[in-house]
Amino acid sequence: MIANYGYKDGSGDFFITIDTDKCDGCGDCVSACPGGVFAVGEDPNDPLRDEPVAIVSDEQRKKIKYTCNPCKPDHDRHPLPCVQACKPSAISHSW
Amino acid sequence: MITAGIDIGAKTVKVVLVEDGGILAKSLVLAGIDTAATTQQAFDEALAAADLSKEKVERLVATGTGRKDCALTDREITEVGAAAKGAIHILKSCRTVIDVGAEEGRTVRCDENGKVIDFAFNEKCAAGAGTFAEGMARALQVPLEELGPLSLTSRRAVQMNAQCAVFAESEVVTLIHAKTPRQDIARAVLDAIASRIVSMVRKVGFAQDVVLIGGVARNPGFVEAMKRSLEMDVYVPEDPEHVGALGAALAAAE
Amino acid sequence: MSEKQEFWRWKEYRWHDESMDWKDADIISAGVDIGSVSSQAVIMADGKLYAFSNQRTGFDSPESANQAINWAMEGTGMTVKDLHYTVGTGYGRVNVPFADKALTEIACHARGGNFMYGPSVRTLLDMGGQDCKAIRCDERGKVEAFLMNDKCAAGTGRGMEVFADLLAIPIEEVGELSLSVEEEPEPVSSTCVVFAKSEASALLREGWPKNKVLAAYCSAMAHRVVTLLERIEVQKDFAITGGIAKNSGVVKRLEKELGLEALKTKYDSQIAGALGAALFGKALETKRRKN
Repeated sequence: MIANYGYKDGSGDFFITIDTDKCDGCGDCVSACPGGVFAVGEDPNDPLRDEPVAIVSDEQRKKIKYTCNPCKPDHDRHPLPCVQACKPSAISHSW
Repeated sequence: MITAGIDIGAKTVKVVLVEDGGILAKSLVLAGIDTAATTQQAFDEALAAADLSKEKVERLVATGTGRKDCALTDREITEVGAAAKGAIHILKSCRTVIDVGAEEGRTVRCDENGKVIDFAFNEKCAAGAGTFAEGMARALQVPLEELGPLSLTSRRAVQMNAQCAVFAESEVVTLIHAKTPRQDIARAVLDAIASRIVSMVRKVGFAQDVVLIGGVARNPGFVEAMKRSLEMDVYVPEDPEHVGALGAALAAAE
Repeated sequence: MSEKQEFWRWKEYRWHDESMDWKDADIISAGVDIGSVSSQAVIMADGKLYAFSNQRTGFDSPESANQAINWAMEGTGMTVKDLHYTVGTGYGRVNVPFADKALTEIACHARGGNFMYGPSVRTLLDMGGQDCKAIRCDERGKVEAFLMNDKCAAGTGRGMEVFADLLAIPIEEVGELSLSVEEEPEPVSSTCVVFAKSEASALLREGWPKNKVLAAYCSAMAHRVVTLLERIEVQKDFAITGGIAKNSGVVKRLEKELGLEALKTKYDSQIAGALGAALFGKALETKRRKN
């Protein structure tokens, strides 16, 4: 499942995409993210999945543009910690 | 040489007349249906205040969101450039200008000459600008100018979850129903705007001194919220909404 | 004394199948969808739709959940004790006091959409009161891709309510009225509802008739939703649920821009979430009985 967490508002598209078929629920993204955006647990969007999966929590979903800002400076941008930490390459950002 | 700076914003039109770096007169008119007429009115008011005829004004420069449609001026500069120029004229040590208007938030980093190093916008979404406070004041049933003073009496920080101005209005109503003190809600509203502005500021980085301009800087509760969020002092000029127009007038003299 | 008319307010209603006797059923499952604006309760008897209610959500979610289920059961002789398995969903899903489990709207809408529109449906767009969801699912109603936008009021029922109120047009009439323009105007340029509202006020002052302003807003909303849908890759068949599915002004423009016709259903599009929840309720009760 391609899970898009985030939003589109007047200023643009801000989505973190998790490919739940690739995600193995290891939780490396949870510890890598300085903003506490990720959590690992039961997939709330797939009641029939048994394995844990990474999700973006409800309270973070609506403000990721702001929470992710420190990892996205306008200049000298380094690879995003969450994307880098994810071994199965399940995480991507839309902006 | 006498020059004029005309700042055509979303809600107001500001005019500043300058002679050799000194301010002669200022005016501010609420934007009506006809922007050209409003602009003319603001210009006439400034001329009247300075007791000048329009022929005495040698150069005019426009700035603001409506700058491209200004018939009076022969040149225009961006809001970013105008903000930096105006702010550094007022405070030499200024390195960061944060401009919060009705529909847009802006941050500008500049060097000691007022040259723009970097900038960022919060635009096209009411959550990151003054309009957000307007809707919440309406929901709280307090006049907009009382929202700031009211927030300063708050003793407790409450969290607002809604990001969107439309949804936040309903959240304010819910908070009122839950008997949350109005001053705490007022503070939550201003904290919410400040945190979005500061997140944008952090994206481009900032250095002292920080000058806060734009109409929203008139709100003392917002200024306090910005200080809390930035964890440093900010300088608010006497007429924060006129700094852009001042910058434009100074640019006209160059 | 006349009260101020509330143009955004739509009608609440309930229904139950009088030809059915629920006592004959083996499994009675229920789904309760507590949305931010509206709440629905659906009761199914052995996987067949038996009763539902659709009402406005109050300030208190547990109270709204109780009201919704009691209203759906009104005149049926059924009580909450007769429900074998209840699933709560929607924004207030954790506040359904009598629910056995809470599931997200994403899972429930896909399942409910599959029931309402049949197994050929691949793309579901749900435009609710306070959010907009796009879901791509397989022939069993399992989610393959989704996105949910509940941060911003643009593209939601709440945004449309703001416009109905501004123009003093009853919300049910917005769609038809917006289609009554001779020529399609340019869409409103702002996405943000707050800015779009100032834009619309300016257009009204310029002398635009109300239908033209509504047309400009409906097409802006349709366009915005199409750009959202692109993220999950639209596939045939396509269906729209939620309150906005009843607004022909948005639906017609959306279909035109997508080049796809939305499937029709005999069911009320607003109950998709609660319906999916009730279907999961039946599946989960079956599983529980096996163990």
